[in-house]
Amino acid sequence: MAANPPTAVRPTPAPQGADGGERPRSAPRTAAGRARFSPTAGAWIQAGFLVLIAAIALVPLVAIFVGTFQDGNDVIRRGMTFDVDLGALSLDNYVLLFTDSGPYFRWFANSLLLTVAQVAGTLLVSSFVAYGFAMYEFRGKTLWFVMVLLVMTVPFEMLMLPLYVQVNDMGLADTYTVIVLPFLAAAVTIFFFRQYFLGIPRELLEAGRVDGVTEYGIFFRIVLPISKPAMAAMAILNGMICWNNFLWPLLVLRTPEKFTLPIGLNTLLTPYGNNYELLIIGAFFSLIPILILFLAFQRFFIEGMTAGAVKG
Amino acid sequence: MKQLLYSKRVAPYVFILPFLITLAVFWVVPLGRSFVMSTQEVLYGQATFIGADNYARLWRDEIFWKAMFNSMRYMVLTILLLVPIPLVLAALVNAKIGSPRVKAFFKASMFVPALTSVVVAGIVFRLIFAESDSAMMNQVAEFFGLGPVRWLRGDLTGLAALLSLALWRWTGVNMMYFVAGMQSIPSEYYEAASMDGAGKFRQFLLITVPNLKPTIVYVVTISIYGGLAMFLESFMLYAGNNSPNNQGLTVVGYLYRKGIEENDLGFASAVGVVLLVIVMTINLTYLVASGTFKKQEA
Repeated sequence: MAANPPTAVRPTPAPQGADGGERPRSAPRTAAGRARFSPTAGAWIQAGFLVLIAAIALVPLVAIFVGTFQDGNDVIRRGMTFDVDLGALSLDNYVLLFTDSGPYFRWFANSLLLTVAQVAGTLLVSSFVAYGFAMYEFRGKTLWFVMVLLVMTVPFEMLMLPLYVQVNDMGLADTYTVIVLPFLAAAVTIFFFRQYFLGIPRELLEAGRVDGVTEYGIFFRIVLPISKPAMAAMAILNGMICWNNFLWPLLVLRTPEKFTLPIGLNTLLTPYGNNYELLIIGAFFSLIPILILFLAFQRFFIEGMTAGAVKG
Repeated sequence: MKQLLYSKRVAPYVFILPFLITLAVFWVVPLGRSFVMSTQEVLYGQATFIGADNYARLWRDEIFWKAMFNSMRYMVLTILLLVPIPLVLAALVNAKIGSPRVKAFFKASMFVPALTSVVVAGIVFRLIFAESDSAMMNQVAEFFGLGPVRWLRGDLTGLAALLSLALWRWTGVNMMYFVAGMQSIPSEYYEAASMDGAGKFRQFLLITVPNLKPTIVYVVTISIYGGLAMFLESFMLYAGNNSPNNQGLTVVGYLYRKGIEENDLGFASAVGVVLLVIVMTINLTYLVASGTFKKQEA
């Protein structure tokens, strides 16, 4: 990824990690370091501005959190408001969620299962493909890699109709297989792994070959074990995509028992719904796994989600 | 046989085989069929060849042009918003002054919206832009002395809601692209410029922006096809594929309506083909312009 800013000129390394990682506590406490962070007027204005923008960005999330304590029908009818009636807040929705939420936790479990399966499959298959592109010279390599780039830049929306017709003909509609299968060799993930593998010294592979390890053994036993950072970034990226996946499951899933969380939440939004209490708190709870992961692995999120960038 | 499979000559093809199969089964065949179907009338599984009739119908179809206009308008406006704003924010975050804690908090807060699913984001924005006097955006409107607005009923106000949703979700991601790009600009450039007496603003215009050109080109490109392919944001905001006077209908929304909702596969395929041709033209132009082909051959 991006190179560190040259540190030769200034002895103090830049406090922000080059990959966007947050490591404020490891910022050096040298005299120079302190001097640079002295609160000047400019810094105060900058800080005030950044906090203001951050606060605006957080409003929708705070609103949905507050909404979990409000009467669902009221929120749907009147919208989310700054003028929250504090006296009317209650835990009723939480009681409902954990006692009488119908299929909600079924959707949750389905999403969880599907996400784990898809992430595991995608990481394995995509890194396998990427290794071929990164480590070998072969005929047609340029052509096939350009295909990866093209696939990477065609939005799924363009493919959805023909793919939908295709899987119906293959008799795969309404299965989890068809949600996962077309995306195991995921272009962005292949691209990212290829970049990562290109940085692995070839001598390591040659050493393996001298020791009699097969081509595939080199991948599984030598390269994969040293690729954990790339795995982490791609696990996060694919996990998030899969957890939030909406359009494709919306097309192929028919049986309510198979619904995933986004599909299920969408069914709660119907005009004749009587489950609005569940809609807000259900939407909020669908965010929690990702928010927890984000707080724990922020660096990998940012690395993964900005993975598509072709570094010039 | 086994020896051949394990040879260094065959191994690369085994490695990329899953991609080749995926490409063939889930891309080339469906897209090929899509081209074929676009020249057919498909009714109850019966396909009749009708040549370019679907395209002729498309050309005369006012709703298609409305959808195309909506998609293009959305794309242009998202680029105008989602490049300069994240760029300026990235410069602020990347500046040497300021507390790292505030910056870390800021980056995390800006990034979190991108983690929400379009379903959750759509539900929340639908409720923020609700019609009642007490809905958030109407309270903001009132603060500026404007009456309650029925946001999702009007064309431009509905567009404003859609753009707010896009801005909310993607500002942080684009900002992180720019931050990553800025950190690979050698700091000597800035030191030289400040010795020459260039202020911060001139440094931003004369050093940061030109050196970020590859990142900017990339962000613009993903915004082009993301904008043209927009569908779900509108689908969630209007709680379905129908909006007043089709004001929220996009090309993909029209494709969904014709292909999935009305099962007019031939005509919907024609919509898909037109959209695909537009997107592929843009992509190939970008790949050629950025020199990707050259790098691979070298």
